[in-house]
Amino acid sequence: MSEARITWVGGPVLKACATGPFSIFEALAVGERRLLGEVIQLRGDELVAQVYEDTTGLEPGVTVVGLERPLSVTLGPNLLGGIFDGLLRPLSRATDYQIQPGAAERSVARHRLEFAVRNGDVLSAGAVFARTVAPRPQSLLVPPWASGRVEALVEPGEHRDDETLLVLVDDAGHRHELTMQHDWPVRRSRPVRERLGVNAPMITGQRILDTLFPVARGGRAALPGGFGTGKTVLQEALAKWCDADVIVYVGCGERGNEMAEVLDEFPQLEDPRSGRPLAERTVIIANTSNMPVAAREASIYTAITVAEYFRDQGLNVALMADSTSRWAEALREVSGRLGELPGEAGYPAYLSSRLAEFYERAARVTSLAGAEGSVTIIGAISPPSGDFSEPVTLHTKRYVRCFWALDRQRAQARFYPAIHPLQSYGSDVQELADWWKRSGNPDWLVQRQRVLELLEAQAHLERMARIVGRDALPAQQQVRLLCADLVNEGFLRQSSFSKVDRFCSPARQVAMLSVLLHFADRADAAVAAGVPPARLAALPMLRQLQRLGEEFSEDDLLRLRQLPRQIDYEFDQLQTVASHAG
Amino acid sequence: MQADLLLENAVTRIEGPLLFARREARVGLNSAVEVLAGAGAPRLGRVAALDETSMVIEVLESTSGLALRGTRIRLHPEPLLFGVGPHLLGRVFDSVGRPLDGGPPVAARSRRRIEGLAINPAWRALPRDFIETGIATIDVMNSLVRGQKLPLFSAGGLPHDRLAAEIAQRARLRGTQGEESFAVVFAGIGVPHDTAEQFRLAMESSGALGHTAMFLNLADEPGMQRLLAPRYALTAAEYLAFEEGRHVLVILTDMTNYCEALREVSASHGEIPGRKGYPGYMYSDLASLYERAGCIRGRPGTLTQLPILTMPGDDIGHPIPDLTGYITEGQIVLDRELDRRGIYPPVRVLPSLSRLMDAGIGEGFTDPDHPALAHQLFAAYARALRVRVLASVMGEQGLPESDRKFLAFGERFERQFVHQANARTLEESLEAGWNVLQGLPHGELTRLSNAQIGRHLGAEAHA
Repeated sequence: MSEARITWVGGPVLKACATGPFSIFEALAVGERRLLGEVIQLRGDELVAQVYEDTTGLEPGVTVVGLERPLSVTLGPNLLGGIFDGLLRPLSRATDYQIQPGAAERSVARHRLEFAVRNGDVLSAGAVFARTVAPRPQSLLVPPWASGRVEALVEPGEHRDDETLLVLVDDAGHRHELTMQHDWPVRRSRPVRERLGVNAPMITGQRILDTLFPVARGGRAALPGGFGTGKTVLQEALAKWCDADVIVYVGCGERGNEMAEVLDEFPQLEDPRSGRPLAERTVIIANTSNMPVAAREASIYTAITVAEYFRDQGLNVALMADSTSRWAEALREVSGRLGELPGEAGYPAYLSSRLAEFYERAARVTSLAGAEGSVTIIGAISPPSGDFSEPVTLHTKRYVRCFWALDRQRAQARFYPAIHPLQSYGSDVQELADWWKRSGNPDWLVQRQRVLELLEAQAHLERMARIVGRDALPAQQQVRLLCADLVNEGFLRQSSFSKVDRFCSPARQVAMLSVLLHFADRADAAVAAGVPPARLAALPMLRQLQRLGEEFSEDDLLRLRQLPRQIDYEFDQLQTVASHAG
Repeated sequence: MQADLLLENAVTRIEGPLLFARREARVGLNSAVEVLAGAGAPRLGRVAALDETSMVIEVLESTSGLALRGTRIRLHPEPLLFGVGPHLLGRVFDSVGRPLDGGPPVAARSRRRIEGLAINPAWRALPRDFIETGIATIDVMNSLVRGQKLPLFSAGGLPHDRLAAEIAQRARLRGTQGEESFAVVFAGIGVPHDTAEQFRLAMESSGALGHTAMFLNLADEPGMQRLLAPRYALTAAEYLAFEEGRHVLVILTDMTNYCEALREVSASHGEIPGRKGYPGYMYSDLASLYERAGCIRGRPGTLTQLPILTMPGDDIGHPIPDLTGYITEGQIVLDRELDRRGIYPPVRVLPSLSRLMDAGIGEGFTDPDHPALAHQLFAAYARALRVRVLASVMGEQGLPESDRKFLAFGERFERQFVHQANARTLEESLEAGWNVLQGLPHGELTRLSNAQIGRHLGAEAHA
């Protein structure tokens, strides 16, 4: 291994004089405590490195050792249910409540496993060679660089995670010893056989997303919002209730107490589909805002690498990144310390291409071994003073398919999720209409369009009403406003803290929307027939419709589907009275 | 452990707060340094960068009067440490932990790094204990819980100091009265002398001075030390909370002065400025203070922070409140207009927020209907303010009946709920909340269930 001696150190950056060959982006161990670092520049014998941990106490003369591989993480069956730092080192095993810098002793886990192959089988790269049994079955993969004929195979049963389980001999005669785990460099995407197109939405259980701005499996969504607009609550709600098989949740430069909340809540919540604790399908990567900034930059790549690893097992993975702005700021900070020329708002000029690289790693794919899996990225953005024209939001917008803009006004009225329906978009709507058709709602596209038109009209009419007063609008328009209010209150508002309404199945979404649109139809007709709008606004059932999400749980679908009849009844009454009066 | 070393005549250059010196002894990054010149008190500093022959020392006090010749440097083998011990409370310190009250130095039981170490997120316990502050807008609508960091966003001339002192005096768990060991740590960052004195008097009059430790960096003291005062204060607070098991409330005022000092120091280092000239790392730097709040699994104490900042130009989008809001768990925003109208405390509830509220209120914590009431008050007041804008254009008479009711609610809400002459218990605050909702059309109270309306508002009065 090559060595170097530190010649200069300041903050998280050091320069060292190398006595052997180093390569760019090679991982380093610095000093006695073996702090983790990475080469970022090479000039002759001099190398410049960033250190991912607190550099207090380092001085010139200290030894830096090259690890002969890029910054890598170890992928294997120890990840699900765990909490890790930005470099995928387990946080839950620490014995001190404060984080001590330096490499910790690696502890060994044991797993019981069953082999999926026999001696003599020929395995391709990425193939599943064994499965762990408990607590949750996981596939063990042949690393992407290895393939060949199985030669030696240990007995099934319980094994250490660092033990050689089988040996592959490839055509060239190279031997590959496989354990349960393998390393992968975080900045390189894991190879796949083929990238696939859009076929289905990732169901989030949030009405405004699934119905208005759906994200496809393997899609990319951005969630921008100023502080206090509910980014984190929404990200957590998605992590809890979306229909992915595995959730990778990366807290990148965010609050420690939020991580505590996730750790506290997830083990107690049940995955509605598997009936197992939600924690078991979740990997948490926590690099809180007070942890070293260089590791914050790496944590995003660590997370996407973990997500790709589960994708390669044929699973649908959702990656929640909260927040990509902190990651961009970490880039800016490190770039500043290197003295690079700043671009827009001080961010390095390569911000845009880094964002593109990251979001491009989301996809639905056929893995090397032929399994179908996906990684869906949902990236939160924290724009300074909530201004969406800043560089991170603007560049992200170019690479995502869904844009879920959080609105401060809605948040201040505690209207959650505070996604602004007129500033948000979803680009895969046409492709996803087929899925809704297959799932029994051929009218989804039309219904969605009607809701958006209603909300658009509302914005326009409210501007008018501000000048002339609501009562002075034509009756037809007053009714449109009434219906738009109803869609907002009864459909788009959904509390993450309500046991009844925190998750909304597609079937319930369809039923609710049909009820509200039926009301809108009848209201339009009634006004056309001469019923004054004030009478509609006084309908007793209105209150129930405004609280539709709270009043009808997933178990009340039958009752919910009966509601249009009650609407008919009340309108018939109204019109009878009206025609008698007239 | 290496012993302290004294370097003589090693300084080669002085630029603002930075001292360039020959590295004539072994020393590591961030090591503590004392700069000695003449007969004056030693000035604290730290090693900011070093190479094989030289080092850069950041002097954390004024460098005025230092000369290349005759300036000596004492090197410590460790980073800046603060010796903390059981007799911190009842004392007044300067920004680097030296007694200001004429008393003896604190007998150190342990020496802790003033920068602290990041709390392992896996070791954090979720803050859940509701703190009653006696202020309705906080207790009902933006509840504070132990281990939270909840700043006051204020502005020049608003009564944030009075509010902070009141919270420090009253804050308690419900049902308990002082039997638990609590403590207040006050860090005055660039505050005028009278502000510090007022706070001291307020704590004295409520008999809580014996539970209070004060760290003062007064307005006329060097800007560099503004960066140190909160770090020494938080180091003391961490010791009190996590070693002695106390419930510590830390008041940091005024964080705007802290950020100004940060900008000054960054500029003197020649760093590339970010938004409005503040350094790009201001978010991380503020986080290194704010994130020191919390609860630790298996340890009885808690550390709650109540930072105060004055928004430059009353602008909540200014980088100081903006970055703070992204780190802290909510904010309490004070408003000039309410203050002018004589409403105290002038809390503007709509932009105020407590993120940890949902973990500490409701069934089993406060009142089962507390969350719904809070949401309904927010929704109704938001509507009241919208209607107020309409009314200013069209006049009240041009509004529909239901809008007029919301207009009246807005007035009631500000006068009878936000405004309070005395401290209220949570029960009194909740009742005040239900009372101001009286008179709104029940059909429009969409955040309340029929049962909740029946329980608290009774039958609707028809005019």
